[in-house]
Amino acid sequence: MMLADILTIILLLGGAFFFLAGTIGLLRFPDVYTRLHALTKADNVGLGLIVTGLAIQAQSWAAAGKLILIWLLVLLAGAGVSYLIANGALARGVAFWKR
Amino acid sequence: MEAVGLWQSAFDLMLGFSLFGLAWRMLFCADLFKSIVLFITFGLLMAIAWVRLEAPDVALAEATIGAGLTGALLMSAFAKLRTLDNSLKSGQPLLPRPRLHVINFWIALLFTVLLTGGLAYAVLSLPSHSPGLSDAVMSQLDSSGVTHPVTAVLLNFRGYDTLLEMAVLLLSIQSVWSMAGMSDAGEVHTSPVLNVLIQLLSPVLILVSAYLLWVGAHAPGGAFQAGSILGAAGVLLVLSGRPLFNLKKSWLIRLMLVAGPAAFIALATLTLINEGQLLKYPVANAANYILLLETLATVSIGTTLLALFVGSQTEAVQQDQSHQ
Amino acid sequence: MSMLFFYALIGVGLFTLGLLALVVQPHLLQKILALNVMGSGVFLLLVALGGRSQPVVDVVPQAMVITGIVVAVSATAMALTLMLNLSRSSPGAQLPEDQSADS
Repeated sequence: MMLADILTIILLLGGAFFFLAGTIGLLRFPDVYTRLHALTKADNVGLGLIVTGLAIQAQSWAAAGKLILIWLLVLLAGAGVSYLIANGALARGVAFWKR
Repeated sequence: MEAVGLWQSAFDLMLGFSLFGLAWRMLFCADLFKSIVLFITFGLLMAIAWVRLEAPDVALAEATIGAGLTGALLMSAFAKLRTLDNSLKSGQPLLPRPRLHVINFWIALLFTVLLTGGLAYAVLSLPSHSPGLSDAVMSQLDSSGVTHPVTAVLLNFRGYDTLLEMAVLLLSIQSVWSMAGMSDAGEVHTSPVLNVLIQLLSPVLILVSAYLLWVGAHAPGGAFQAGSILGAAGVLLVLSGRPLFNLKKSWLIRLMLVAGPAAFIALATLTLINEGQLLKYPVANAANYILLLETLATVSIGTTLLALFVGSQTEAVQQDQSHQ
Repeated sequence: MSMLFFYALIGVGLFTLGLLALVVQPHLLQKILALNVMGSGVFLLLVALGGRSQPVVDVVPQAMVITGIVVAVSATAMALTLMLNLSRSSPGAQLPEDQSADS
């Protein structure tokens, strides 16, 4: 029981770290493409860690399955939508960032 | 436990001030597009606030309707506005400062500050504990036919409100339809990624909608959340350029729009005759009545929200066709 | 317990902030957003004050707010259609009195 709690805490903190990193990337990166890159990658991993941490605490297998389903849906939507945003930006001629 | 409470208080403070700050930025920002994006963010934070206030049903409704569908409506209206207004196209900060006279602005600000003070005083002078109607709801829950109190209130104790709400929805789609809209604003962007995404998501959305409808009897969920997810699935299909059936002329659509209100009115009449009181279900059948009403209401709410989204978009084109 | 009153006060703040924006901002889309924020403020106030009936939360305000959210979205859809109609006849999506203040 104790071990599960410690594992959950570690996973949640790890997830929060990835969210923080993704958000800093969103705020600090120079153009749409790099921001999307930071946001989707970091947030997908971060949510994965948080979902795993919560699934350990879940009361039943069904609840854990629902949590993992949420993660898969977010992965799907995140990947699709970030592609669409980047594609839209490209179609409108949003310039790439150059140093 | 003390430490947990402190963290929660800190979180509440941060959430509350973020809500206020977001609203401030949203309403007093010169870029309309940015305002709309901030509005969607505001809706999502509101959903978290509802969870903190122990109102998960409201959180579900806020996330799907307040942030999702309202956001889609605002975005599509903004896109159409941009085709009309050249100043919105160039992407520069588009709004002039408030055109009110400076003195008028300060009068408005003074009035608002006074009003805020008065309202805050009124709120703080309320007793810190008030049972409200919770005892009444809990004591009658057994005879309502469901075990989730919010669903019991919406569909049984205050079914009258929901009946009128279905009427409001019907009225709104009628008025949107009766106002001549404008032709379709822009080209539909399709891409293989979007197609696959929608092929995967649409069935899941419909499944989630049915799940929320079913689970509403004993857990957070219900007709409104289910209906709005159904509407969102439709919006997704329309946005991806799927040739959905003609949303105005189809009698099927019209039937789906009125199914909910019609079922409510029919049941209200039936109970008025049998029980002598509007929407007073016999205890034995209450669960069945509620499920029936909720199912039809879900269909109607979903169709209405989709029709509201599509409403003005294709209206003008369809009218032209019908006149020919 | 005091957090409920904090959320209620945030609700009051959102309501009056929305009211100010509704009065001073000229663009109709901003006015529609302002009305939505006012609505959110009222909802927040209702649910927060409904939470005072501890230990069991009063669900009647919650049910009212769910109804209110659906009504708000249908009203917003109608208002947006009206705005688009208006901006087709006169550009700028503003009310006549705001435009005359300009000249």
